[in-house]
Amino acid sequence: MKVKITAFGIAKDIVGGKHLELEVNGQELSLVRKDLISQFPDFEKLASLKFAVNTNYVDDSYQLNENDEVVLIPPVSGG
Amino acid sequence: MNKDDLLRYNRQIIIPEFGESGQQKLIDSSVLVIGAGGLGAPILQYLSAAGVGRIGIVDFDEVSLSNLQRQVLFNTKEIGQSKAKTASEKLSLLNPSIQFDVYESPINSLNAMKLIEPYDLVVDGSDNLPTRYLVNDACFLLQKPLVYGAIFRFEGQVSVFNALKTDGSRGPNYRDLFPTPPPPEMVPSCSEGGVLGVLPGIIGSMMANEAIKLLVGMGELLSGKLFVFDALDFSTFKLNIEANPDNPISGQHPTIKELIDYEAFCMGAVKQESIKEISVQELKERLDKGAVELIDVREDYEYEIANLGGKLIPLNKVLSRSNEIPKDKEVVMMCKMGGRSKKAIELLQKEGFENLINLKGGITAWQQEIDSSMKAY
Repeated sequence: MKVKITAFGIAKDIVGGKHLELEVNGQELSLVRKDLISQFPDFEKLASLKFAVNTNYVDDSYQLNENDEVVLIPPVSGG
Repeated sequence: MNKDDLLRYNRQIIIPEFGESGQQKLIDSSVLVIGAGGLGAPILQYLSAAGVGRIGIVDFDEVSLSNLQRQVLFNTKEIGQSKAKTASEKLSLLNPSIQFDVYESPINSLNAMKLIEPYDLVVDGSDNLPTRYLVNDACFLLQKPLVYGAIFRFEGQVSVFNALKTDGSRGPNYRDLFPTPPPPEMVPSCSEGGVLGVLPGIIGSMMANEAIKLLVGMGELLSGKLFVFDALDFSTFKLNIEANPDNPISGQHPTIKELIDYEAFCMGAVKQESIKEISVQELKERLDKGAVELIDVREDYEYEIANLGGKLIPLNKVLSRSNEIPKDKEVVMMCKMGGRSKKAIELLQKEGFENLINLKGGITAWQQEIDSSMKAY
């Protein structure tokens, strides 16, 4: 299925833009993480990042639905 | 409240939700602001203008030229002056009735509890991840609410942590939002990643807004929510944050009962004690004596701004070009502030290097302590 991804902060740099569409072979969110790491090896460094779907954090076992948006929000520290 | 106060605060007193009682609450309140930088400037200005009775300012730094693009509380004549002190002097002119407490040393695990304890609310405008976890944990342990904000390039985040809820419990905190810090190079500071000058103005004003709401007790706080703003496309995003039962400080089985070493915590797997360090003074002595093997892991453009003549191998190339690094003598690794070179050493140690020393504070420390004529960035 096609998954919409929105990336903030350094995640935007790693995936090369704010919005991205991934074609994943299944519904589990963990597949998105795997695909991101295989396409963008630097994403491995954000291994500790929790994924949000729509407006909530979810576990990697979450089953994605059509039109779900996966949101990547890494910490930023500037002040 | 005297006649002058009624006039000074008139425009907010006449708002029904705010009123004279809201103003009195602000006057009776105390707030500790961590960092008098990009975020700190608007936070301090608005809290002072609004009439918060007592304001603590924590900043060990001095005003520098590269601050002025965004830290609009300061001006060119003030370069080199203490930020906390200068801020308090200027804000006293804005509102002479406020008590300002100036703290010119860095907040750390040893002093944080004592610093925060006397205040009703903490507003965190610090500029690094270890301080963010430190302030979060100290606020949780002291049961103080915390207004959080952070910025990067065009983006800002705002939230309110540990806010008292109507049922008497406390709202989620920073560790519910970010349980595990990513490696340091994934969390660049403003000096590493850059920031648009108006962004801290926007985000800092939002933080002041949450602080005032919290103190007055009006509206709905950003408690349990992370607000994200992107100035580049003007998009906003609100993420729900829930209390995590596994949170090591506020969860069901807390393991953090006092403040820890936050630098080490944020370096993750890097065992700091396994990396030898050298100060800029020691490096200078060695350079004066003769040959020192020096490797600079910054990017080309940074090297062009200022360098110490070291061999340039950017961090992301240290592994592929490790054959260019001698193994048979001591090699000093350097970067801008010491974080990336530490990372490089960590990576190379896994490849068998045992001869690498980190330059503490990087070229920034060199510029500050050895050669002030060198271009800073």
